[in-house]
Amino acid sequence: MTNLRDPVIQQLLGGVFGALVLATIVGQILGRAASSDGARATVANMNQRIAAWWIMCAVFSLALLTGGIGSIVLFALLSFLALREFITLADSTRADHRALVIAFFVATPVQYVLVGVNWYGLFSIFIPVYVFLLIPAILAVIGDTRDFLRRTATIQWALTICVYAISHAPALLLLEIPGYENREALLLFYLVLVVQLSDVLQYVFGKLFGRHRIAPRVSPNKTWEGFVGGVLCATAIGTALWWATPFAPLEAAAMSLTIALVGFLGGLVMAAIKRDRGVKDYGTLIPGHGGVLDRIDSLTFAAPVFFHLTRFFFQ
Amino acid sequence: MLAALIAGFARLVTGATASWLVEPQTARRRVYFANHSSHADFVTIWAALPPDLRIRTRPVAAADYWRGGAVRRHVGEKVFRAVLIERDGGREAALELMTAALAAGDSLIIFPEGTRGDGLQVAPFRSGLYNLARADPEAELVPVRLQNLNRVLPKGASIPVPVIARLTFGAPLALAPAETREAFLERARDAVVALDVAPA
Repeated sequence: MTNLRDPVIQQLLGGVFGALVLATIVGQILGRAASSDGARATVANMNQRIAAWWIMCAVFSLALLTGGIGSIVLFALLSFLALREFITLADSTRADHRALVIAFFVATPVQYVLVGVNWYGLFSIFIPVYVFLLIPAILAVIGDTRDFLRRTATIQWALTICVYAISHAPALLLLEIPGYENREALLLFYLVLVVQLSDVLQYVFGKLFGRHRIAPRVSPNKTWEGFVGGVLCATAIGTALWWATPFAPLEAAAMSLTIALVGFLGGLVMAAIKRDRGVKDYGTLIPGHGGVLDRIDSLTFAAPVFFHLTRFFFQ
Repeated sequence: MLAALIAGFARLVTGATASWLVEPQTARRRVYFANHSSHADFVTIWAALPPDLRIRTRPVAAADYWRGGAVRRHVGEKVFRAVLIERDGGREAALELMTAALAAGDSLIIFPEGTRGDGLQVAPFRSGLYNLARADPEAELVPVRLQNLNRVLPKGASIPVPVIARLTFGAPLALAPAETREAFLERARDAVVALDVAPA
């Protein structure tokens, strides 16, 4: 149970909302200063993103402060919405309908119930073993063999990324780290903070200094300048926050660097899927950002890796 | 009240984002005609309409389905105010019911394919739309394209899957003088097919 009276939580929340206040002020100043149409459009989009960040930070903070259950419900909802965006984009067919009913209304809630009841053994194999086998079995019983492997893999992939991977974020609450009892929610906060900061800072450095594109055919907005600046800055902040984690300063540096790098790869992979399907965003739910999956694309890769590294080395 | 709840629920399930190529006007009575692939089709269109248009818009539906069962009957008659057509009642009777609704100032939702398709192809239109256009030249004929509804609730399924649906309202068309039935129906069908927007 996370407590508002916990000074660590107070400082972290103070830092986040302080940064938001600062970003809002800077956004307003930039809005006044913008002279060209292009600059105005960029600043307008940036301010829209900042406004959405206020809401996202508020929701996430509230969920965190309820202790475990709020975070589990929040991430279950995010998984559901992400799965919805992914399946919509991936072009399911009528023959997939029953498998999709299972994916949305059975696999997704069960995975989060397993987090809630602290059943690590089944949590870690439910989707990779049982659901993995169930999906092709359902499709085979229904009997439409057109594109069988592609359809099966699409649903399995969607569940693995949108549900299984994301569920590792609230699963951090299950870890029992010696000397860090009852503060596991801080780990979830730390993961989300470093991943999202890395995204934001890559965007900021890219806008300011971006020249050389990393993968122009996948994501035209990702530049080497943005990547290096964003990852290094996020790592620096992640290191500076070592006192809120069970990690020593060097360990915190290694962890946050890993999260930022893996998160970058997640963003790149999810961008490749969008590129192939010919869309810019997965959805329209979050103004300025796109869909839920556009916002948590880095987290899909960073969450399971951070979870297992922490579990392996610190539990 | 119940209507607003049903409309809200339908929007939640289908996540439908509606786009209007021509801004809706409240003054005119209209016939919305759309491709048909799901039981959820008409409620999706109905729910996407602005509330002031929605209360004046009635789906045209099969009487045998909407008269079966007390709940269905109540919802069909009181909430949707469906124009119920007997399957074997004959073309004249059906046209009379629809033109009477238009004459009263209401708008209609119809599916000129006549039956639900697989969601991939739009079947040739039956002549109901043409007959309506001739009977009431004042009514605006608005093509509507529904996408992904066959994935939300395909034929034969009972549990909707929350795939995000899209619907696009196109520019109204009218029956041209001396246009043949075949040419008009072909043009109307093309108007629906042409609203096939790329994924947003």
